Amino acid sequence: MHMADALVSPAVGLVMYGATAAAAGYSIYKVRLEENTKKVPMMAVMSAFVFATQMLNFTIPGTGSSGHLCGGFLLSAILGPYAGFLSMIVILLTQCLLFADGGLLALGANVWNMAFYGCFLGYFCIYRPMMKKGFSNVKLGISSILACVITLQFGAFSVVLETLLSGITDLPFGTFVAAMQPIHLAIGLVEGLISAAVLIFIYNTRPELLTNDEMKTNKEFSMKKLLVILSIAVVVCAGGISLVASSNPDGLEWSMEQVAGSTELEDSGDSAYATAANIQDTTALLPDYAFKDSDSAVGTSFSGILGAAIVAGLCLVICLAFGFFRHKKKKA
Amino acid sequence: MSKLDNAIYEIHDLDDLAVRDTPLTGIHPLIKLLVTVFFIILTVSFDKYQLSAMLPGIFYILLVFLAGDIPFGKSMKKLRIILPLVCMVGLFNVFFDRIPVLRLGTFVVTGGMMSAVTLMLKGVFSVLASYLLIATTGIDKICYALRLLHLPKIIVLQLSLTYRYITVLLGEANTIFCAYILRAPRQKGVHFKVWGPLIGQLLLRSMDRANDLYDSMVLRGYRGAFYVGDKIPFHLKDWMYLILWTGFFVLMRCFNLVQLLGGLFV
Repeated sequence: MHMADALVSPAVGLVMYGATAAAAGYSIYKVRLEENTKKVPMMAVMSAFVFATQMLNFTIPGTGSSGHLCGGFLLSAILGPYAGFLSMIVILLTQCLLFADGGLLALGANVWNMAFYGCFLGYFCIYRPMMKKGFSNVKLGISSILACVITLQFGAFSVVLETLLSGITDLPFGTFVAAMQPIHLAIGLVEGLISAAVLIFIYNTRPELLTNDEMKTNKEFSMKKLLVILSIAVVVCAGGISLVASSNPDGLEWSMEQVAGSTELEDSGDSAYATAANIQDTTALLPDYAFKDSDSAVGTSFSGILGAAIVAGLCLVICLAFGFFRHKKKKA
Repeated sequence: MSKLDNAIYEIHDLDDLAVRDTPLTGIHPLIKLLVTVFFIILTVSFDKYQLSAMLPGIFYILLVFLAGDIPFGKSMKKLRIILPLVCMVGLFNVFFDRIPVLRLGTFVVTGGMMSAVTLMLKGVFSVLASYLLIATTGIDKICYALRLLHLPKIIVLQLSLTYRYITVLLGEANTIFCAYILRAPRQKGVHFKVWGPLIGQLLLRSMDRANDLYDSMVLRGYRGAFYVGDKIPFHLKDWMYLILWTGFFVLMRCFNLVQLLGGLFV
C-alpha cells in the first residue's frame, strides 16, 4: 500500500503531511507526558523488529500464496497507540530512504494510510474497548482480525481518494475502489491472523508486556476528546483538502452533461423557477462555494469549514431537542 | 539469497557508498536534502501531459550519478518495489483517455499514453532522487540535517537507533528463519501453526535486547536527551550547489527547455 511520489500531487502530499504532523505532534506530547526515558530505545528496537518481520513471508493456508505483516496495530497493542504511531513513522521513513518503498513527498500520505488508522482507530475503537474487562485468547484474536481488516479498508480507501484528488489517474472512482478494497480485505485478514497469533503467544508467555501505559490508565470514553479529533479532521478535510478537490463535474452533473450537453438545465422561463433562483441568489452567502464576486481559494476553505459547522450545529440542536444528551438518573 | 540476506546486503552497501570520498559526499547534508525535496516536489508538480517539460530532470539525475560515482545497475533495482503500482495506475490511463494529442507519422499518441509515460517518469525520477540522497549522504548525516530542520528529537533519535538495530534484528530474524527452513523444507513461507511462536520469540528477544540497550545507554550517561556530534560547517560550494540546482529547477518549471532547444533547430 506504499504510495510513490508519482501518485500524489504536491498539494495533496503537503495536506497529508500537515494532517500527519498534527497527529505526530499530539503523539509526541503524550509520549513525553509519560516521562519514561526507556520508551525511546524500546520504540526503536520494536521498530527494527517490525522492519525485520516484514521481510518474512507467511504461508496463507489453502491458497498456496504468502503474505506479510504491516505492524501498525501490533506496535500499538504492545507500545501503546502514541508510541506505536511514532514508531510506524520511523519505519515508513526508513523504508522510504533505504529501500525506496514509498516516496519522500508521499510519506505524510503513507503514514496516514498505514499508521494512523491502525494505531488510533484500531486501538481506541476496537482493541481497548474489547480488552477493557481483561484479556483472553479469543478476545485478542477477534480484536486483532477486526482491527486489521477495518483499518486496512480505511487505508486503501484513503489511497484511492488521495490518488484521485491528485488528478493522477483517469480511472473512474468506482473501478478504482473495486480494485483496491477486496484485495486489502484479504491482506487485512492475513495481517490480523499474524497479529493475533503473536499477541496470543505473548499473552500466554509474558502477559505483563500487553499492559502498556495507555491500558493502565483505563480511561473512560471521552466525548470531549472525540469532538476535538473530529474537529481537527473537519478542518483538515473541509479547509485543506477542499482546495485540491477536483473541478470536474460530480456524478449527477457528469450524467447530465452526457445526456443534455450541459451540467445545468436551461431556464424554461417559468416564473416559479425564476423566483426560486432569485431567492437562492439573494440568500446564498457563498455561491458556488466561494465568496460573492471572488475567486479566492480562501472562500472554498471557508465554505467547507462553515458548512461543516452549520451541519454540526443542526445536529446539536436536533440532539438537544430529542434529549439525546439527557443523563440517566443514578440509582440510589 | 533470501529476502532478509538481501536487505542486510543492501543496507551495508548503502553505508559503504555514503562513506566514500566523492565530490558529492562533501556537500552539506542539509543542502542535499533540500535540493532533493525540491526536485521531487518540482517533478510531481508537472501536469500529466507535460512530458517534454520534465525531461531536463534527467540532467540532475545523471550528474548526481556521475558526481557521486553511484553504480547505475544497483540503483535500478530500487525501482522494482514501487514501479509496479505506478505502472498499473499509468496503464489504466491508456484505456480511459483516448484523446489524440500527437501524431508521429501514422502512429497516434493518445492523452492516456502520454500521461502513462509521464507518470512512470515521475516515479523513476523521485525514487532515484531519494536513493541518490541516501547513497551520497548516509543515515547519520540525514538525521543531523533533520535536527537542523527542527524535526522533533524523539523522532530523529528513534530513526538513528532504529537504523542501528535494523541489521541486528534482520540478522536475528534470518537465523530463526534459516533454522525453520532447514527443519521444514519445501515450504513457501512460515506455516500458520508456528506464526505465533516464531514471531513471538523474535519479539521477546527484541524486547530483552531493548532493555539491555537502555541499560547500556544509561551507563553511558543517557537521560533522555539527544547529543549531536561535531557540527558540520557550511562552505561556499554548498551554497553554490543549492543556488545552481534551484535555479535550474526554477528554469525547468517556468520554461519548456526541450521546446526552446528544439526551436533553435526548427
